[in-house]
Amino acid sequence: MSELETIVLSEGSSSAGVPGGDGGGKPRSLAGDAWRDLRRNPVFWVAGLLVLIFLVMAVAPRVYTSISPTACDLSDSQLPPSAQHWFGTDIQGCDVYAHTVYGARASILVGVLSTLLAGVLALAVGMAAGFYGGWVDAILARILDIVLGIPLLLAAIVFSRSFGTRNIGIWPVVGVLGILGWTTAARVVRASVITAKQQDYVQAARMLGASNGRIMIRHILPNAIAPVTVVLTIALGVFISTEATLSFLGAGLKPPTISWGIDISGAQGRFYQAPWPLLFPAGFLALTVLAFSMLGEAVREAFDPRLR
Amino acid sequence: MVASREPAAGRHAAAEPVIRVEGLVKHFPITQGVVFRRQVGAVKAVDGVSFELRRGETLGVVGESGCGKSTLARLLMRLEKPTAGRAYFEGRDMFAMSGAELRDMRRKVQMVMQDPYTSLNPRMTVGDIIGEPYDIHPEVAPKGERRRAVQQLLDFVGLNPEHVNRYPHQFSGGQRQRIGIARALALRPSVIVCDEPVSALDVSIQAQVINLLERLQDQLGLSYIFIAHDLSVVRHISDRVAVMYLGKIVETGTEDEIYSRPTHPYTQALLSAVPVPDPEARGYRDIIRLEGDVPSPANPPSGCHFRTRCWKAQERCAVEEPPLALRRADPHPSACHFAGLREGAVV
Amino acid sequence: MNPVMPTMPGHLLEVDDLRVEFRTRDGVAHVLNGVSYHLDPGETLAVLGESGSGKSVTAQAIMGILDTPPGYVTGGQIRYRGRDLLRLPESERRQVRGKEIGMIFQDALSALNPVFTVGYQIAETLRTREGMSKSDALGRAVELMDLVKIPGARQRVKDYPHQFSGGMRQRVMIAMSLAQRPKVLIADEPTTALDVTVQAQIMDLLGDLRRELDMAMILITHDLGVVADVADRIAVMYAGRIVEHADVRALYKSPGHPYTKGLLASIPRLDMKGTELATIKGLPPNLTRIPSGCPFHPRCPYARDVCRSVFPPDIPLGADRFSECHFAKEVVDGRLS
Repeated sequence: MSELETIVLSEGSSSAGVPGGDGGGKPRSLAGDAWRDLRRNPVFWVAGLLVLIFLVMAVAPRVYTSISPTACDLSDSQLPPSAQHWFGTDIQGCDVYAHTVYGARASILVGVLSTLLAGVLALAVGMAAGFYGGWVDAILARILDIVLGIPLLLAAIVFSRSFGTRNIGIWPVVGVLGILGWTTAARVVRASVITAKQQDYVQAARMLGASNGRIMIRHILPNAIAPVTVVLTIALGVFISTEATLSFLGAGLKPPTISWGIDISGAQGRFYQAPWPLLFPAGFLALTVLAFSMLGEAVREAFDPRLR
Repeated sequence: MVASREPAAGRHAAAEPVIRVEGLVKHFPITQGVVFRRQVGAVKAVDGVSFELRRGETLGVVGESGCGKSTLARLLMRLEKPTAGRAYFEGRDMFAMSGAELRDMRRKVQMVMQDPYTSLNPRMTVGDIIGEPYDIHPEVAPKGERRRAVQQLLDFVGLNPEHVNRYPHQFSGGQRQRIGIARALALRPSVIVCDEPVSALDVSIQAQVINLLERLQDQLGLSYIFIAHDLSVVRHISDRVAVMYLGKIVETGTEDEIYSRPTHPYTQALLSAVPVPDPEARGYRDIIRLEGDVPSPANPPSGCHFRTRCWKAQERCAVEEPPLALRRADPHPSACHFAGLREGAVV
Repeated sequence: MNPVMPTMPGHLLEVDDLRVEFRTRDGVAHVLNGVSYHLDPGETLAVLGESGSGKSVTAQAIMGILDTPPGYVTGGQIRYRGRDLLRLPESERRQVRGKEIGMIFQDALSALNPVFTVGYQIAETLRTREGMSKSDALGRAVELMDLVKIPGARQRVKDYPHQFSGGMRQRVMIAMSLAQRPKVLIADEPTTALDVTVQAQIMDLLGDLRRELDMAMILITHDLGVVADVADRIAVMYAGRIVEHADVRALYKSPGHPYTKGLLASIPRLDMKGTELATIKGLPPNLTRIPSGCPFHPRCPYARDVCRSVFPPDIPLGADRFSECHFAKEVVDGRLS
């Protein structure tokens, strides 16, 4: 077996000659390589930092301010930004900065939860449609088309209005967004499942006798999940801004919940007299959406198997 | 550095075929319409194929694009259901199996695929890839022994057992093919279907992998169905050869019979077209130039499929399909009414 | 520069000490490390090598279609009729590309645009570069399709690429490359993706066309059989350099470099059977970390100490023949063990 030995010995020191290939070194998964690329991308760090800031804001608002958003003194109504009130006060005398900070929770929470719901639905539907094909695919594709045809905002408004003006908390909003918003991601999942299904390594697993379940979870899911992750991070931004729109229109969250949309809604009437109660929540909203979108972009670039 | 192999006859144990295929047919329907699909035709990828694979031997299957050899491979691996015909593995009907019997057959018949860059899941480690057969068939290797079995397999195919935790993209094409071979060996199969296993590799790496396959066959008593389009490679590794054209086997015989005494015009043309790596042979090669293109498998010619490009074609060829039968010209099966040896052919 | 082949005035095409780098995130890959070869009118030069040898990159650099980034030409000259193409402004470079030097690729399907008819694509250069009218150019396209022996050219000129078989598409690509009657044709693995019977047809066609149009050809391939059939001279590439250059008969009869020797020994021959194939152990080198001394030494069965530390010179082995190995003379004579 001397020839095999020499092959083993020499393969330890050299590797594929194609530029970009590297056989030596520690095991490097695709995720590991992607992480390495992400680390080098300044967009990732900026976006990541912003996202982190907002997440902390949502989870622990007290880190950012000791002022309570409900400590409103009517005599302080519509004060411009100052040392005591960094962002000024709104019509009711509430500190705008505190409102903005506490508002992050509702907005981001709704965004994250509805994205999760949409993601689960997208994965389930997309995988079933892509993997089983045939009439399953046909039926699911038609359902997808129908849901896609429903304008998200309009349906959300109609749905929310049916609850009246009571404050029903965040779950109905989450539900509406998730149930109406899974379609784009589902299409992406379906496409990547169909591609993955045709890969040789899936055929190889089938030939070994792998069950459908095993193939779906072990082979297809990991390879289909990357593109949909990116779509979802972008969707997160969309959901947050949609929630704000709903609240603005009075169809989403209601007081006493604090959210950016509600604040913007309340401040828009008196914009010319006192712009700051609107500008700051709007600015934070835009920044959050931007941060999540940028993060999604950076992740997409890193997972893009250009040279792999 | 060059050792010689045992002659083919010495490596065969029993004469009973381990795989027997009878009249295997696979037609892919061509449909029209979006809501209600009507079948308007069929791609006759495999159009009636019969052969035997004996224990310990290598059966080479050669043919050009569209001949159906890849579909044949998929049929043998039960990735497709045949439209007609039967195949027997160790005497049992391959396509009628289910449950435990099917599992047993899947263990015994394995495949090495063509493209080393897509046949391994890029998100699994090499150890997981080679160990997957044990996850699916846990009875072959108890849990505690799996890691060792995987490392032994890596060693067996000439890779470093310590690379168990690496990912496929960290290996070269030839190494990935070895990983695919290791995966195919995990369940200790008796038959391996090799579907163009070296076509995607560089020449110098091809030789390494071919040597490995031959060595494994000697050591483990494997039977191979070796599908390829490179005639030189097939000649080197095969004991018997079947030549395919448009879904049918047009000639079959021992490697010597096919390469030295081909009687079917297509085989003769195919062999004459292979460039010989010897500049002195320039001008002495009598190349048969085939006219025209290969007909579409959706619409093969009537009678003999090869008649549209054959210089021997007569009226009879359009009417009567020539069976794959022994011919007077040389005692090996050939599907031509006018099978004959080529005078003055240089091989 | 190669001492055996001084710059002779009158080489039609001459690549001189060409160096190309690929800057990747894993480091700088030295893809070409001083490649020199020449081509005279009417001859066929085969550039032989495996993946990673740099053979295609040289052709892309000649044509000026190197992907930049990540590829950068970092040295050397490419002289066509005495003028260095690398120093020319892009507008003049474009004059040379297609008109003087044409190229055909391995995969005709991806080289052809699926949304235009083949007639349109063949005629395109004639319309844009030579200012021919649409009908004139289309007529010429039919002529070209006849030239490459596509049956029924007049009708098929209106067909789309996917309506042709692989071999026919390759002929279409050849027709496109010949539209402006170039003096040099670079064929980058023209038949690798084709069936063997079609390969024979295409190689025959190329031979006929060369003679008819008095074209020189650079054939880039890894197929030793095809090379033996058509080449006049062979340049063997490894790790971005030409390691051996010889007349085709001399090369096959007695190779002067261990890599060439290994390649020739490892191909299964239709006329030799029963023995285990000789192999070249190991793998092609990682171009970001080319081994010291002779780049081939980790895989060379004859490697000695000097091979590991000193880069081998070009040893002349006869007229217009050299090998880049310390022991070239011994290899050629077969005296090495």
